[in-house]
Amino acid sequence: MIVAGPEVEIGKPEIQPPLAVRCASVTKTFGTGTAAVRALRGVDLEVRTGEMMMLVGPSGSGKTTLISVIAGVLSRDGGECSVFGHDYSRMSVDQTTQFRGENIGFVFQAWNLIPALTAVENVAVPLIINGANRRTAVERARHVLVKVGFDERMMKSFPLDLSGGQQQRIAIARSLIHNPHLIVCDEPTSALDSETGHKIMEMLRQLAVGENRALIVVTHDARIFEFADRIALMADGAITRVLDSPQEMLTKS
Amino acid sequence: MNFIAIKMLLGDRAKYVGIVIGLTLASFLVTWPSAIFTGVMSRTFSFVTDIGLPDIWVVDPTVQYIEDVKALRDTEVLRVRGTEGIQWAVGLYKGALQARLDDGTFQNCTIIGLDDSTLIGGPSKMIVGQLSDLRQASAIIVDEAGANGKLARKTSDGHRVPLKIGDSLELNDNRCVVVGICRVTQTFQNVPVIYMTYSRATLVAPTQRKMLSFVLAKVKPGADVPAACRRVSSLGLKAYTPSEFKKLTFWYFLKYTGMPINFLTVVTLGFIVGVAISGQTFYNFTLDNLRYFGTLKAMGTTNRKLLRMISLQAAQVGAIGYGLGIGAASAWGGILTGRTQIAFQFPWQLLLISAAAVMVICVGAAVLSIRKVIKLEPAIVFRS
Repeated sequence: MIVAGPEVEIGKPEIQPPLAVRCASVTKTFGTGTAAVRALRGVDLEVRTGEMMMLVGPSGSGKTTLISVIAGVLSRDGGECSVFGHDYSRMSVDQTTQFRGENIGFVFQAWNLIPALTAVENVAVPLIINGANRRTAVERARHVLVKVGFDERMMKSFPLDLSGGQQQRIAIARSLIHNPHLIVCDEPTSALDSETGHKIMEMLRQLAVGENRALIVVTHDARIFEFADRIALMADGAITRVLDSPQEMLTKS
Repeated sequence: MNFIAIKMLLGDRAKYVGIVIGLTLASFLVTWPSAIFTGVMSRTFSFVTDIGLPDIWVVDPTVQYIEDVKALRDTEVLRVRGTEGIQWAVGLYKGALQARLDDGTFQNCTIIGLDDSTLIGGPSKMIVGQLSDLRQASAIIVDEAGANGKLARKTSDGHRVPLKIGDSLELNDNRCVVVGICRVTQTFQNVPVIYMTYSRATLVAPTQRKMLSFVLAKVKPGADVPAACRRVSSLGLKAYTPSEFKKLTFWYFLKYTGMPINFLTVVTLGFIVGVAISGQTFYNFTLDNLRYFGTLKAMGTTNRKLLRMISLQAAQVGAIGYGLGIGAASAWGGILTGRTQIAFQFPWQLLLISAAAVMVICVGAAVLSIRKVIKLEPAIVFRS
């Protein structure tokens, strides 16, 4: 069994940041009988606050399934998984939903911005879900959008009137607005050109990584490996290796 | 979350308009034929409704509905008068005759012959002239719709000039003079109604051995009407209260005509159109937005909040579609009623029926949609 976590040099005690995510022997199977697909085959992973962990692997290796389990949008079949000490299997559906709303930010591959809402309204959604009134939420959304480089005109635009990079910036602002402790990003640069993807990752690195927050990025885009603190390599539903620096990955490549 | 729900709904203009149009159609198609049906059915017993004075209508025991006149002997009036608990009783003639118009054509009319001395059974509203003018020689009173329409005189250039006091009509070779114009509720046959005295009616109408159509009776103050009815019926006649006589007529038309089936079919089709267009479109709208509902769910929206959002969306389109449908039916009915003699009645019960139909469509569509959203795995958001 591979225990994936930051390696600590013996003899040099080091105060490590607290654990954000801890997965041990996590399994997940889709379907039954001969049609069963074992998407996760005993995944062990630890992610600490203040770090950006990238999950890297080929299609079908289980990356998206793993972040779905970590984010609490998919139940696991076996093993243990806790996020900031909370185990979803011990929580009701409503408690899990509420936990997600308060503690997890999402950045999706296809952005998933609601087309009928303006940019600023889309960003305000997590706050509204958490009970903030519309005016307060929109006001706060303006501040966050300014941080990702939006002007007043762009804030009032609808997602479909904006470029892919701009939509992804809205998605990032939306994932940050409620100050979540964990942000999960699914292929955040796959729909973007190289330059825009680079800018988006810089923005994520600058805005999302913080002392009390961890970031998990699922990607197979080698152009953005350099932004990771650590990289977990996945294959066939398991983590095969955890690299402590992106340089190792780049050297390996 | 309410504003998100409404913005999502309004965001897809084509579907929104489709849903509202479907519900408007459903509301209209449920309301309109029902209003016509109500109007037509109320006309079947309008004659009873218009004569408000008597407590009891006495007829031949084999009479099936109000137009099914089976003549009684004139002496039946006296027998009814002599029954315990009856304050007064008068005879009434009702029959059909053809009026000969100036241009030589004939027009079917309903002839009402009123008790000569009391004129009980006369029209409740006189427009021109007085009811007592019927006592003049050859006098008749014509209903407003007939005077302005089917009995109106045609001028040489084709215009119609309404009948007025002093004009004459030829009824079965008898010259009659118009002494008044009255207003009555249109009958099922919608032919002109002509009032005259009973004795004149028996002269004008083709002679039969028995001429009396109904006996109208009033019970003494404090007397029990059903008991009086039973006593009159024991004379070999049949006595009905006005509401019983209306019901008898109403059920006759329901049972022996295809009208209810016809109207029910149209209403059902309207309902199906509503379900097919609006229900289906609303469900498709939810399916199209499933990714966004999934996103909201992933970001922390509980099933209860999603349920509220979809219910709000359904209620919004339901309210607008219902309002437009009812408004359209009411406006169209108003326009036609002003220009024609269409049977259109819009009682408050119809508003409730239409609201219930629209609600069933909306709730059905919402339940299907909610089911889909509740069962939705939020993990869908990670699928590209």
